[in-house]
This record gives sequence, structure tokens and C-alpha cells, in this order.
Amino acid sequence: MWQKRALALIILIIGAGLGYFLYHTQVTGSRPFKLGLDLSGGTQLVYRADLSDIQAADTVDSMAALRDTIERRVNLFGVAEPIVQTETSSVLSGTSEQRLIVELPGVTDTQKAIALIGQTPVLEFRMLKAGASVPTDNATSSINAAFEPATLTGKDLTSAQLQFQGTTGALNQPVVVLTFNAEGARLFADLTKNNVGRYFGIFLDGAPISVPVIQEAIPDGTAVISGNFTAEGAKELARNLNEGALPVPITLISTQTISGTLGEQAVQSGIYAGLFGIGAVVLFMLLWYRLPGILAGVALSLYIVVMLSLFNLIPVTLTAAGIAAFILSIGMAVDANILIFERTKEELRSGKGAQEAIREGFHRAWPSIRDSNISSMITAVILFWFGSSIIQGFALVFGLGVLVSMLTAISVSRTFLLALGIDGTSRFTHFLLGSGVRS
Amino acid sequence: MFIVNHRGIFFSITATIVVLAALSIGLFGLHPGIDFTGGTLVQVTYSAGRPTAPALGSALDAAGFSGYSLREAGTNDYILRAGIMTAAQRTALPQTLSLGGSSPATIDQQTEVGPTIGTELRNKSIVALGLVLLCILLFIAFAFRKVSKPVSSWVYGLIALITLVHDVIVPVGFFAALEHFAGAQLDALFVTAILTVLGFSIHDTIVVFDRVRENLRVNQEKGRKEDFAQTAGRSLNQTFVRSVNTSLTVLITLLVLYFVGPAATRDFALTLLVGIIAGTYSSVFLATPLLVAVEKWRSSK
Repeated sequence: MWQKRALALIILIIGAGLGYFLYHTQVTGSRPFKLGLDLSGGTQLVYRADLSDIQAADTVDSMAALRDTIERRVNLFGVAEPIVQTETSSVLSGTSEQRLIVELPGVTDTQKAIALIGQTPVLEFRMLKAGASVPTDNATSSINAAFEPATLTGKDLTSAQLQFQGTTGALNQPVVVLTFNAEGARLFADLTKNNVGRYFGIFLDGAPISVPVIQEAIPDGTAVISGNFTAEGAKELARNLNEGALPVPITLISTQTISGTLGEQAVQSGIYAGLFGIGAVVLFMLLWYRLPGILAGVALSLYIVVMLSLFNLIPVTLTAAGIAAFILSIGMAVDANILIFERTKEELRSGKGAQEAIREGFHRAWPSIRDSNISSMITAVILFWFGSSIIQGFALVFGLGVLVSMLTAISVSRTFLLALGIDGTSRFTHFLLGSGVRS
Repeated sequence: MFIVNHRGIFFSITATIVVLAALSIGLFGLHPGIDFTGGTLVQVTYSAGRPTAPALGSALDAAGFSGYSLREAGTNDYILRAGIMTAAQRTALPQTLSLGGSSPATIDQQTEVGPTIGTELRNKSIVALGLVLLCILLFIAFAFRKVSKPVSSWVYGLIALITLVHDVIVPVGFFAALEHFAGAQLDALFVTAILTVLGFSIHDTIVVFDRVRENLRVNQEKGRKEDFAQTAGRSLNQTFVRSVNTSLTVLITLLVLYFVGPAATRDFALTLLVGIIAGTYSSVFLATPLLVAVEKWRSSK
């Protein structure tokens, strides 16, 4: 008995501690909850990366370089906490494609968001095919017919610099000097060594900006672009390349924009719905189950602070669907309590003392609680796997809810009910542990 | 006992509901939203009153939109559904929606889904549905592997599956009507709702069947002779309050979610509400009575 009471006290202290942690972090704003785009407002853009010119072995590298480039570019524009990630299409989509997902919280103008990403140039290197001549027009078809991808790609670029080069008899000509990383330098050295006399094209956004003839091997890992630049044009190109050039072309395939006001409303109504939901469930439990109902209320409060702390600490990105799952889980969390209380009542009716009835009630309710929670977990796991980000938010909260509620119901309610130390078979005991309109 | 004894009545009620739901699906049809087909969904709000649908329609026609649909929402909103936009259409969209500036408009929500992503989600949904059903069936067969008299365990599984079909058809039928009359979107959240209903409803059925299993075991241990219908009816009575109370607390939270919660999850809450009512109904009024009916039919052979 005293052991149970000490345990109950410890549980209460932990609960109060978590409650204080939540209160403190939210009031001071030191650890805000992570809100998904649908709650914070913002834009999500999904791009398909065109990897047709990239060898399969380089896919992962190229996608990583692509992500880094876009991330740099987005950070440059001062978007708070952007998320840039890559994704491989599921086998179920019927096609295999590499995607880039960009989330921009706070950017609620789709056009602006697209422009922000769209200014990033695509840098490619191609070789003129043997026997082909440099096309005179810039049509994609004639370019594709004449050029083939070079081993060197845009991801190997480390920096670009504006310089002025003067050759005898010419004025100082603005050029852009490209510097490659170690890998790029090696590739470029090999490429130039093996292809002396061939044309080497430097392409920006699919258009050739410079197609020089390789004169000799270049071992030092730099290439010079000497198109017919103005000083201004060369400077802009160098800046764009430095801010990051895309190693592969990307195409916009999906967008989603949610305004800040809509997100704010969703958060507001989500909080209200949560409060009303908790209140209504606690009231119901109290009216129907009396004393155990109060304990179910305590267990539910504990469930809520544990869940919110988990959301905050893991952290779980909250979405409207996630909030819905949380509110739904409040209703489900008391299920284990209901099973236990109903069972306890039956044991009481069969003439057992309160302590024994409580123990027996828990014991007998356990298989049902276990089985029914397993079926909910199955759904949660499959939903998580199935999910787009909206559904995953729902599944994660739902699955967590099932686990935590099982924990609070079987350990907490039980400890508290036993710690109260009600015993005997008096009418008062029956009233306290009874339910409904009659005892 | 009442329910088991008068199971014929409840079977007819169930049959009527299922037929109505099936009719609703057949009549109104289910139209997968842009989440699955790819396309554009825009919610636009007009601060100074929305223009008429024909006025907005002609602006959209002029911008080269075709095969779109417009639906009024809220007091000052329109919801536009269209195919994938061209870059030019996308750029001009704010201008198009504000009728060239004469009706100030704010885009609250704009979603474009590419066709491959749509296809991927559609296929994933189908696989997820199949997977949930399969896992639940396996789980039931496992949970009831030890009960074989007087009804073998696969019958429990089969009946649980039949109640699941009921629990899915009812909210889907309801949703078909909701889609037809209130413009609900058949989106990823709808699939989530259906899968959640599956998990919850089976949960309910398992608790009732668990009780039947326990009572059968106790009877056997004590050497007590009891008619199967009696045992089943008693089990149903014992779990009735629990079934109703659990569903009540979930229904309370769903009602709150529907009336107070975010607009984005309103249709979702409603679908779940209907699904969970159907799930509770079927575990009380369909599952156990069916079990008794099967036992009666087998023993009369």
C-alpha cells in the first residue's frame, strides 16, 4: 500500500514536472512546437530532377549536391527554417524519379517561392559528338543531337570568379573562371588530356554559353568561360554560379501554398477543439464512473502532458491532421480505463473486496486492451508507411497516442486506484466504484 | 440477449443501411480528388465580396483554363478545381482570380499535384487498404487460434471481415453523398479516415469476441453446459456498456473536432464519425448475432 502511494506520488511529480516544462517553454518561447506548413503558413514545392545525363552510380551524389545548392540559395534569401529534402519515388508510382522537396515557411506567395528557386542556374558540361559540328541555333533538339554529356558535372564546381583577360591585340575581355573540387579537377584533367582538339561546351540552363576547342590538357582544375560577356553579365554569372548552380535540371511538379491566416485559424481552432474535447471526455468519465472517473481524468491529464512533451522533444512536426489524431486519441485513451473499470465493477458485484476486485479487473481487462491496441498499431504503422507528409503526421501522433495511452492506463490508473486504499464491500465503496445512474 | 434473440430484425436493419450506402456509391459515384489524379485546387477569398460565378468563369476561360469547376465556399470564398496549370497560367493566377484587379482577391490555399505523385498516392492507398485488411485478418486468426468449439476460429475471422466490409461501405457511401451535395474532397485524409475506422472497428469487435472466448473457456473449465447463443448473448451484455462508452468518448472528441476544430479536418471528422458509429453498431448488432447464426446453421446440418 505505501509502496503504491510512493509510486503514485512519484508519478504525480513527474507529471507536474512535465507540465511545468511545457508551461515554461511555451511562455518563454524557448522551445516552441514545430508546426507543419499547413499551420504556420508557407509554400511547399516539389521538383522532379532530370537525371537522364547522369550515370546511375552518381544519382545519390547529384541529388545531395542539388539539395545543398537549393538549401544555400534558400538560406541566402533569409527564409526561416526552410526544409530541403530529396525523395525517391515509390515503386508504386509506376515510374522511377528523383524528387526534391522544398518547404518554405512564411512564404505564402507561390510565384515568389517559385522565382526564388527558379533563379538558380543549371550548369552542365557537354562534349561535341564526334563528327558533329557546332549547331548554329540554340534549339534544344539540335543541341541534344550535337552534344553528349561530359564526365564532368555541375556538382563538381566549387567557385566561379570574374577576371579580365587580355590577349595581344584584344581589349581586356571579362571572363568567368571556374574552379573545380578535387574530383572535378581530376575529371577535367582526364577529359582535356584525352580530347585535345574536340569541342567542349559549357551550358547554362540548357543553352551553350561557351564552346571552346580543347587546346591542351588542363591539370590545375580551372576552366575559363569566355563568351561575349559584358563586365556586368560576367559578374552576374559568377555570382549566380557561386550562390550555387544546379548540377541537374529540375522541373516543378507540385506546389502547395497555405496562407498564414488560414494556418493561424487552424492552430486556434485546434487548441480550442483540444480543450473542449478533453473537458467533455473528463466530464463524461466523472459523471459515469465517479471515483475511478476522477482517476481516469488524472491519467488523461498525465497522458496529455506526456504526449505534448514528446511532441516538443522528439520533435514531432504538428499538422492539422496530427492535431486531429491527438484529439481522436484523447477519446481512445480512456478506452483502456473503461475496460478496466467495467471489469472491476463486475468483480465487485460477484462479492469480492474492493482491492481484490481492482486487481482482478486489471488482470482480466489486459488481454482485451492488448489485442485492441495491436490492431490500432497495425493501422498506424501502415498509415505511416503509406503516408505523404500529411498522413505521416497523423500516423505518428496516432501511434504514439496508442502506446502512451496504454502505458498511462495500465500503470497509472492502476497505481492510483490501489494507492487510494479503498477496501471492503460497504455500500459506500460500491457507490464510489459503481457507475451510471444506479450503483 | 435481446439482440441475439431478435437478430433477424437487426440483420434487416443492417442490410437496409448497407444497400442505402451502396446505392449512394452507385448513384453519386466516388470522384478521386487532385491528391490522386493530379491537378490544381485553389481556395480564394474576396475581401470585398465575391464576384458572380459566370464573371469569374469568363476570366478563367480567357486565361485558357478549361474543364475546371468552381464552388462557393464560406461567405466570400471560391474553390477552384482545375487541371495542371501552365507556367503562364500560374503566374497570371492572382490577376485572373481578381478579375484583373477589380475584385481584390487573396489566395488562401493553392495546391498543385503532379500526375506521377497522384498515381503514386493512389496506388499506395490501394496497397495500404489491402495491407491493413490482410494484417487485421491475420491478427484475428492468430488471436482466436485457440477457440475451435463450437465455432472454429476462421469463422470469427470471416465474420470480423464481414463487419469490416460493413464498416467501410457505410462511411464510403456517406462520403459519396457528402461529395455530391457538399463538395467534399476525396483526398488522402479520406483514405486515412477509412483506415482508422478499420483499426477502430476491429478493436471493438475483438473486445466482444474476446469475451465470448473467455466465457467459453470458463464454461469448459467448470463443465457448465450452456447453449452457444446464451454464451454469446451474455458476452454481448457484459461488453455492451464498454462498447457504447468507448465509442461515446471517441464520438465526443470527433464532434468537438467537427464543430470547433480546423476547417481542414472537418470532412475528415465527419467521415470518421460515421465510420465509428457504423463500427460500434456492427460489433454489437452484427458480429455476435452473425456468430450465433453461423453456429445454429452448422449445428442444424
